[in-house]
Amino acid sequence: MSDVQAAIERYDTFPKILLRNAETMGEKTAYREKDLGIWQSWTWAETADNVRALACGLAAMGLKRGDKIGIVGSNRPRLYWVFAAAQSLGAVPVPAYQDAVAEEVAYVLNHADARMVVCEDQEQVDKVLSVMEELPALEAILYEDDRGMRHYDQEYLHYYDTVQEKGRAFDRDNPDFFLKEVAAGKGEDVAVMVYTSGTTGRPKGVMHSHRALIESARLAAEFEGLDPSDEVLSYLPMAWIGDHFFSYAQHLIIGYTVNCPESADTVTADLKDIGPTYYFAPPAVFESILTQIHIRMEDAGKFKRWLFDTFMKVADRVGVDILEGRPVPLKDRLLYALGEILVYGPLKNNLGMTRIRRIFTGGAAMGPDVFKFFRSIGINLKQLYGQTECCAYACMQANGDVYADTVGPAAPGCEVLIDSETGEVMIKSPGTFVGYYKNEKSTKETVNDEGWIHTGDAGIIADNGHLKIIDRAKDVGRLRDGSLFAPQYIENKLKFFSYIREAVAHGHDRDYVTAFINIDINAVGNWAERNGIGYSGYTDLATRKEVYDLIQEAIESVNRDLAADADLAGSQIRRFLILHKELDADDGELTRTRKVRRVVINERYGNLIEALYSGADHVAVEAQVTFEDGRSGTIKADLSIRDVKTFEPLRKAS
Amino acid sequence: MREFNETLLSVENISLSFGAVKALTNISFEIKKGEVLAIIGPNGAGKTSMLNVINGFYHPQEGVITFRGEKRRQMKPYDAARQGIARTFQNVALFKGMSTLDNIMTGRNLKMKSNILSAAFYLGPAKREEIEHRAVVEEIIDFLEIQAIRKTPVGRLPYGLQKRVELGRALAAEPDLLLLDEPMAGMNLEEKQDMSRFILDVNDQFGTTIALIEHDMGVVMDISDRVVVLDYGRKLADGTPDEVKNNQEVIEAYLGVGH
Repeated sequence: MSDVQAAIERYDTFPKILLRNAETMGEKTAYREKDLGIWQSWTWAETADNVRALACGLAAMGLKRGDKIGIVGSNRPRLYWVFAAAQSLGAVPVPAYQDAVAEEVAYVLNHADARMVVCEDQEQVDKVLSVMEELPALEAILYEDDRGMRHYDQEYLHYYDTVQEKGRAFDRDNPDFFLKEVAAGKGEDVAVMVYTSGTTGRPKGVMHSHRALIESARLAAEFEGLDPSDEVLSYLPMAWIGDHFFSYAQHLIIGYTVNCPESADTVTADLKDIGPTYYFAPPAVFESILTQIHIRMEDAGKFKRWLFDTFMKVADRVGVDILEGRPVPLKDRLLYALGEILVYGPLKNNLGMTRIRRIFTGGAAMGPDVFKFFRSIGINLKQLYGQTECCAYACMQANGDVYADTVGPAAPGCEVLIDSETGEVMIKSPGTFVGYYKNEKSTKETVNDEGWIHTGDAGIIADNGHLKIIDRAKDVGRLRDGSLFAPQYIENKLKFFSYIREAVAHGHDRDYVTAFINIDINAVGNWAERNGIGYSGYTDLATRKEVYDLIQEAIESVNRDLAADADLAGSQIRRFLILHKELDADDGELTRTRKVRRVVINERYGNLIEALYSGADHVAVEAQVTFEDGRSGTIKADLSIRDVKTFEPLRKAS
Repeated sequence: MREFNETLLSVENISLSFGAVKALTNISFEIKKGEVLAIIGPNGAGKTSMLNVINGFYHPQEGVITFRGEKRRQMKPYDAARQGIARTFQNVALFKGMSTLDNIMTGRNLKMKSNILSAAFYLGPAKREEIEHRAVVEEIIDFLEIQAIRKTPVGRLPYGLQKRVELGRALAAEPDLLLLDEPMAGMNLEEKQDMSRFILDVNDQFGTTIALIEHDMGVVMDISDRVVVLDYGRKLADGTPDEVKNNQEVIEAYLGVGH
């Protein structure tokens, strides 16, 4: 028995760490979830007990070391426990995106050879059942919520609670089993397999070891000074490495509390309830918060608007300096303090950001205005950079060393360099992955013998030592005249306007740059209402002349910006059109993390691209769309194409 | 095909007139325990009148209504509510300024026992009672997936959600018989699908008998076990969706008489 105890006390796997937490802070709250309007909580001791029961239940059902078990659902404590339960047995949990369509889930489960899958509810069970024939390896489906499951009589369906009950009985009969299994786990074992979002081709299964996750999560936590009193709200997909890092790895290592929202729709209210101290969100979330604030302020009364505008000007002028502790005149300091009472404080409270101590964004470029907005009202928003392949741990901004257009210097334990030939960003991280599952070839292409990961991103190291990401390396192209064309860079500049939700720039091997635009239905819809423009839906609004005027203004201001940059003056946008439908992950046009899939778009909208380069002033279109429930239909529209003013470069390229 | 034997409510030879206008003429049918019954018919056929008769709002001049084996005499709507009949309305009838939660809470009204004094001061028993009722209401909120609008005043909600809140309020009374007057009027396709799902779930999980009026034939044929067809205050047909679909009289009432 002492051997087992000694093996556990190495704390080199997550289940061992869980047992440690149950011992050292058993009474502390580990998880919270809002259910039936009330926040329910589980202590570390209760969590360990539940995980033990579940692990024994899974073992009784035949889950063995090395087996894969899928997890499909939104952030629920009971689903997070599946990770620990599977890992206790040496099995590998494989989370899938809960909003993915059945075929995508089937691909992941099939590729991973999952023997079991844990579904959140009836919806997810139905999804898996619909593709059951394609999954020969799948033997059992567990469901966490039994609502609506009464009439399902398949013998391979099991209720989570029942499995736990069986596990408790199994545990009584085999009292040594659980601890022995946990003790048998080693740091180099594969802890989890997450699938990449796959901007190109099929998703790949990224295998991470306990050691890589523990090392990188620990270093990042030390860098930020996290402690057990921290609170996070977990609402980002469990299948995404970022969530796994924040809501599982660091949560276990530090022992802070993970809060799960009541449902995806209630996140805003739940944020306000909880007031997290540690928070991560992709730039899109911050952008949409800011858009919401602007919409609400536009609808507010005159006095409130005046108050908001006045104090936002103060914040804009001195907010960031105050945050970073730089000297600010006393008068401004007092004004800012007044603004804190009247505007910033209540605003932060409404956003659930009053208690925020650490807040990060990453995964895409963030608009400088959005970035500055949050920092100016006293929210210490910082950027980080990483890949699924390195546990999302490579670069991080430190307090007081924060810039809108960089992602920070290499994080502790990491190294970053730019390949001098290709301009590609290469990283070395303690979180480097074990390999892609069943894909030795891609593994070799991605990580070289010295452990450098090819990120596929094009970037530069700025003068301040921070990494600056420009675009995906393979997307960077050239116009016919040889000038540089970085589509994402242009698209991001466009997306910084709240009226533009998504943009796709074209230009590689062309004479000039053109763009597809997706309007933001909330922002533009509100603008239309205020301007007395009636519309029936997205397509109608998107084809309005007034909306084209609005977007044209935005594009011209982007062009003015681009003209100021010698390298990019050539990629000013000459022509654009507004797409008749929103680009959607369900149609395969975006990844689940909302990145543009260029190949799909080039194929599907080939005729629109040709029209952009043909000189025509409109183009007819008919498109396939997939509705939320999986059915599909077609949309027909006639799209105008607009020419945009371009500007003389301010200075010629040397 | 589901089978239902026990009769929950029966109407026999009901006639209702307002002055010289005959709203219902000699109508008889039964609502079986556990079924989903649809009442359909062209505009002015007397469907809403029929529901109003069932829940005691109108008093028919002739005929007998039997609920749970007991013949019913003159009664008020609140008597019907007490006996376990709840309903929703064609035009949403919610308290616009109150939150979703409070609106559904009003559906618990009949189940509340504490008097006005102990409620006003939130004394021990009143507090316990409030907590019990709140728990039921939260179950309904969870069931209808409206957590996100729990605290939102219903006047600010889109129409489809208001309809859902109204269903929630009717459910809060824990009825044996639920009357739905055009639950899907004015909804888009997705909202209709959601609502159909909820109606079937209510029927399935709580065993609630449901009588509904609906114009969307697709919905009616999909979710009902039985359909009663009214036209000009008379009953044209009564049977399974398939039987009704192929009934010549029904086809004529809807499409006009062929020549």
